[in-house]
Amino acid sequence: MQLSVLTSITGVLVLGYILELLRRQQLREKYAAIWLAIGLLVAPLGFVPNLLDPVAKSLGVASGASLVLFTGFVLVLLVSLHLSWETSRLEAETRILAEDVALIRAHLVQQGGYPSTSPRTEDSGAIEAQVKS
Amino acid sequence: MNDGRRVLIILPAWNEEDGLPSVLREIQAQLPYVDTLVVDDGSTDNTAAVARAAGSAVAQLPFNLGVGGAMRLGYRYAQQHGYDVAIQVDADGQHDPAYVPALLERLATGDADLVIGARFAGDGDYQVRGPRKWAMSLLSVVLSRITRTKLTDTTSGFRACNRPLIEFFARWYPVEYLGDTIESMVGAARSGFTVRQVPVAMRARTTGRPSASPLKAMVYLTRAGLVLLLAMIRRMPKELKAFAPGSPSYDASRRRTAEQLGRELTKA
Repeated sequence: MQLSVLTSITGVLVLGYILELLRRQQLREKYAAIWLAIGLLVAPLGFVPNLLDPVAKSLGVASGASLVLFTGFVLVLLVSLHLSWETSRLEAETRILAEDVALIRAHLVQQGGYPSTSPRTEDSGAIEAQVKS
Repeated sequence: MNDGRRVLIILPAWNEEDGLPSVLREIQAQLPYVDTLVVDDGSTDNTAAVARAAGSAVAQLPFNLGVGGAMRLGYRYAQQHGYDVAIQVDADGQHDPAYVPALLERLATGDADLVIGARFAGDGDYQVRGPRKWAMSLLSVVLSRITRTKLTDTTSGFRACNRPLIEFFARWYPVEYLGDTIESMVGAARSGFTVRQVPVAMRARTTGRPSASPLKAMVYLTRAGLVLLLAMIRRMPKELKAFAPGSPSYDASRRRTAEQLGRELTKA
């Protein structure tokens, strides 16, 4: 079997999967755009793997395949860095939300508008005894 | 709740239902003029209920955020409720409330924004040895230079700060490892706040166990070094300038703290 058969099928499948995720609204557009662009760029290479050979030569890379491998690695690195950045941001936002929830709850308890015993408390008598002891 | 009282003790607590009631009782007996806030840092036991039953205000986090996260919530609470002094005390009973007046008096002199209760400054017989001691003395040397004052116990969680710094910490408080002690101090000092220390004696903890092994101490040294380095090179958010020393907001709230604290200490 020729290499191009394997690579082209993989390319088309990946592209199809990204589209399907997008269609089911499981990918946010801002992430999907990157993946779609990558998919559209890489898919033709699946059919004609030698397409990049001249570019690779001019960059001093032995073959187009190595160039794809290298750029792929850099790309994956950048994408995971981006995800770490997103996670840090999300975590900061979650923290602020948690703090706000705690502040609002403390305020409501003081105003008498919120049940002050936590759901974990089964026996408040035991706690009173514990405090007095 | 806040009937003219201006001093808030913040106790970050994570699963401290055993020791907390006695700590709160001791504070209420010795310092009748302060309010307490227990920050329940996502405990899985009855910490929040026990604290409430003991008559303390409670802010309950829905999940564990770590000491830094709990303290930031404490400072936000202090800022929202208009407290003039916030004092950070461990919920495990290591910090003796008898030293709180000493911290307050140091703040009242007006030449300090942040007062650290330091364990190796003469009082008490708290001792550490080996790599952990080296780590702590290295931190002391570096942080003493940054804050331009002699500091001997930079990782002490027993500290008091005035209204301007409450305003500052409510907007900026590092939440990661050692952020509640080292990075918060570096950030405050870099923004122009004054750091001072008073000697305190530390008690043996009533619950929990201290971590001590050469390997752990090495890991501690490395992490502390990294935290320190990051704290030094990190850019402080620009909007904090509006609350740092030199701003009108700083001068106003500092004056307020001095007045309130003077009144408080003559009353007490």
